[in-house]
Amino acid sequence: MVEAIPALTARQVAVSYIGTVVAMAQAEIHKAGRERSVLVARAAQPLLWLLVFGSAVSRVRELGTEEVPYKAFLVPGVLAQSVLFVAIFSGMAIIWERDLGITQRVLVAPAFRSAVILGKAASAAMRAVIQVAVVLAVVAVLRIPLEWSVLGVVGSLIAVLLGATMLSALSMVIASMVRSREQFMGLGQLVTLPLLFASNALYSVEIMPGWLQVVARFNPLTYLVEMLRQLLVGVGPDRLLLDAAVLIGGIVVTVAIASRTFPRRVL
Amino acid sequence: MKALVVEDLVVRYGDFEAVRGASFGVEAGEVFGLLGPNGAGKTSIMRVLTTLLKPAGGRAWILGHEVGAEPATARRLIGYVPQALSADGSLTGRENAMLFARLHGVARQDRGRRVDQMLELMDIAAAADRLVRSYSGGMVRRLEIACALLNRPRLLLLDEPTIGLDPVARRAVWRHLAEMRAETGLTMLVTTHLMEEAEEQCQRVAVMSAGEIRAEGSPVELRAALGAGGGTLEDVFVSLTADAQARGGEFHDIGRTRRTARRLG
Repeated sequence: MVEAIPALTARQVAVSYIGTVVAMAQAEIHKAGRERSVLVARAAQPLLWLLVFGSAVSRVRELGTEEVPYKAFLVPGVLAQSVLFVAIFSGMAIIWERDLGITQRVLVAPAFRSAVILGKAASAAMRAVIQVAVVLAVVAVLRIPLEWSVLGVVGSLIAVLLGATMLSALSMVIASMVRSREQFMGLGQLVTLPLLFASNALYSVEIMPGWLQVVARFNPLTYLVEMLRQLLVGVGPDRLLLDAAVLIGGIVVTVAIASRTFPRRVL
Repeated sequence: MKALVVEDLVVRYGDFEAVRGASFGVEAGEVFGLLGPNGAGKTSIMRVLTTLLKPAGGRAWILGHEVGAEPATARRLIGYVPQALSADGSLTGRENAMLFARLHGVARQDRGRRVDQMLELMDIAAAADRLVRSYSGGMVRRLEIACALLNRPRLLLLDEPTIGLDPVARRAVWRHLAEMRAETGLTMLVTTHLMEEAEEQCQRVAVMSAGEIRAEGSPVELRAALGAGGGTLEDVFVSLTADAQARGGEFHDIGRTRRTARRLG
C-alpha cells in the first residue's frame, strides 16, 4: 500500500522556490547584522586602492582613460574589484558549513537546491552592496568628480547585486570542487587576479594587447565595470541592458552549475 | 503498514563496499535501532534514506515511496538529525528553527506557532533568542530535533543522537523524544553504538557489522538467541561484531565522530 502524497501545484512550487531564496538570504542577513563593524571595515580596502594606487597611477599616461580624471575612472573599477573579492571568498562559508554538517541538513529539506544556492549567493551580494554603498559615500565626501544621479546610484547598486550574486555562485562552484579551506584559498586567488587584470577595472580595454582584449570580452567582471562606469562616470559604451543581460545570464549558468556540483562534496 | 523497507542495499565509496546488501523493515509507530560499531555502514544507510547518496544497488521505500525514484517525496516525509552538530551557531535557536520551517515549506500563518510549539516541546523555548553558540551540547541536539519535527515528518531519522553527550543531557534528549512520541506516535530510526540506550529505547533493533545486518529482532529476542548465560545486549553486540572490530572505523569516520564530540564539549 502506498500512501498518496499530493503533488505540488505550480503555485506551490513557485512559493516554495521564492520562500527558500528568501529564507537562506534572511538567515545570512541576520548574521551580517551582528557583525556590522566588519561590513564597514571591509570598505577600507577598496578605498586604499582608490587613494593609494589611484593617486600613484593617475600620473601615468596612456591608460586609455583620458576622457575623465583617472580617479573618477577608477571608482567603478575599484567597486567591482571589492565586489569580486567579497563574492569570491564568500564560498568559504560553504566549506565551513559543510564541515560542520549544516549543509547536509539543508540539502535534506524538500527545498530546491538551486534556490538554496541562489539565496546564499544573493545574501553574499547584499554584503557587497552595503560595502559599495559605504565606499560611494566616502567617494562623495572626497569630492571625486563622478556624474552623480539618483538613477546612477540606484542602478549601480543593482548592478553590484547582479554581479556579486554571479560571482558568489561562482565561488560556490569553486567551493564544491575542493576538499579543504586551504585549497579553496589557493583556487580563489588563482581566479581573482586574472579576472581583475583581464578586465577594464584598472585601465581601458583598448590599451590591452589583442589577445587580452578577447579575454576581457569573455570576462564577466568587464560587464559589471562597464555598467558601473556608464552609470557613475558616464563614459564607455552605452549598453546597460546588454551588460545586465550578461550578468543575469552568468547568474543562471553559475547557479545551475553550483546546484549540480554543490551536493556532491557533502559526504 | 511498514514505515520503512530497506531491501538489499549496497553502498560503495570507490572500491570500498560500506554496505553489502542490507535488508530490514521498520513498522509504523516503532522505534527501531540500527546498531553497530564505527564503520559498520549505519551512516551510509542514513545517507541513502535522506537522498544524499545514491546506492550502488538495492532500494528503500518510505511509506511505500521509493527513495531513489521519488527523492522529493522522501524528503517531505522525513525529519533528519545528522550525527554532526548541524545547527548554525551564529543564529539564535528561533532563527535556526524559522529557517528550517521555511525550507520545509511550513505555511507562513503556521510558522511562528509551530516553531514555538516545537521549541517548547524540546524545552528550549527559554533560550530561543540566544545564539546557538552559547547552548550546551544537549540543547543543540534538542534544537536540531525540534527543527527536524517542524514539517511534521512521518519518519524521524536520528544518526547517533546522543553522541558526545554526558549522561544527564542524554537522558534529557531521550525524555523529550519519548514525550514527543507519546503525542505523535512518530516512527523513528535511530543509529547508535550505545547498547543500554538501544535496549531502553528501541522496540526492535538490527545489529550491523562490516556492512551487513547480522541480526534483527527485539532486544529480548536477541539476548535469548545468544543462548545461555543471560547475556546483555552488549554481549550480543560484541559476539556479532567481533570479527569486524579490526576493520571498523575508518580514520575519516573517527575524525568526524571526534569532531562532533569536541563541539558538544
